[in-house]
Amino acid sequence: MSAAAIETADNAVPQFYVKDEPHAEGGVLLGFWIYLMSDCLIFAVLFACYAVYGHNYAAGPSGAHLFELDWLAVSTAALLLSSITYGFAMLEMARKRKGAVLAWLAITACFGLVFLVLEVNEFTHMVLAGAGPDRSAFLSSFFTLVGTHGLHVTFGLIWMFTLMVQVARSGLTADHQRRLACLSLFWHFLDLVWIGVFSFVYLIGALS
Amino acid sequence: MSSASESRDPHNAEYLHGSDHANVDLPHATLRGYLTGFGLSVILTIVPFWIVMGHVFSDKNATILLVLAFGAVQIVVHMVYFLHMNSRSEGGWNMMALIFTVILVVITLSGSIWIMYDENANMMPAMTPDQMQMHTMTPEQMQQMK
Repeated sequence: MSAAAIETADNAVPQFYVKDEPHAEGGVLLGFWIYLMSDCLIFAVLFACYAVYGHNYAAGPSGAHLFELDWLAVSTAALLLSSITYGFAMLEMARKRKGAVLAWLAITACFGLVFLVLEVNEFTHMVLAGAGPDRSAFLSSFFTLVGTHGLHVTFGLIWMFTLMVQVARSGLTADHQRRLACLSLFWHFLDLVWIGVFSFVYLIGALS
Repeated sequence: MSSASESRDPHNAEYLHGSDHANVDLPHATLRGYLTGFGLSVILTIVPFWIVMGHVFSDKNATILLVLAFGAVQIVVHMVYFLHMNSRSEGGWNMMALIFTVILVVITLSGSIWIMYDENANMMPAMTPDQMQMHTMTPEQMQQMK
């Protein structure tokens, strides 16, 4: 029996495989999104730890003694502002304006640095006051959760500086646009995690 | 550069063979979207800070619930306006991954809190820091107390 004997309703030659496998360009962003979701699970576990240990003070200080909400408001504002300035950088990237992209990225990095400096300052004060991560289960889980977020911000900043150098050298190529889009997701995601931190850890902890 | 909707269509010939093959399929972001998200975020951040710092409610549980509610709403606002989350991006796979993650997060958080709260309630007497101090006293200190 020849192959021609197999016919479809519209007399076309049947095709049993995909000739042209489309390579979705969004594949990178989808992959990065799935990485962010796995990162989200890390934070969920750390939040769960804090929820469980958050009241085990071991006769040590509680959140009401330690948290300075004035400075928390400043660092929260810095991170929120860095989110919108990164958004502006992305809008300028769509318009292919390299200088404006670099300027907005620099402003974003400055806000990120302000956040980081405030956090390091807070951690230093707490450790020097004898409220380090070794003091109680509450402080162990606090430093693990907030410190992990701070490390993410640190690496986000390193990534941002790297991209700024790359964009300054070779312009807004397709590769750099994709990397900026990934960092955009990462940076906004960190701000999203910070919402959980300042609500669940700081504001509610300050009531204890 | 082809528009976002065109490049998502797998049957689009230009998408497969076009010269701008290397272009990134970026989410469609607008200035209005970012500013709306920012405005909402500012409100949703200031109100819980004000509730806690201004001691607006005397009921602690009401304050906690309100702070958590504002946090949850702000997370959704960030998802929509900053992370450009919708059911169409990446052919819906972004949303699928997100729903899966949210389910795992809810199970992890609620399961841990529920079980460990029960454990604590059954195993340990509730202690204030002062009571705890009593337990960490040395025998000599206990003698002095008497």
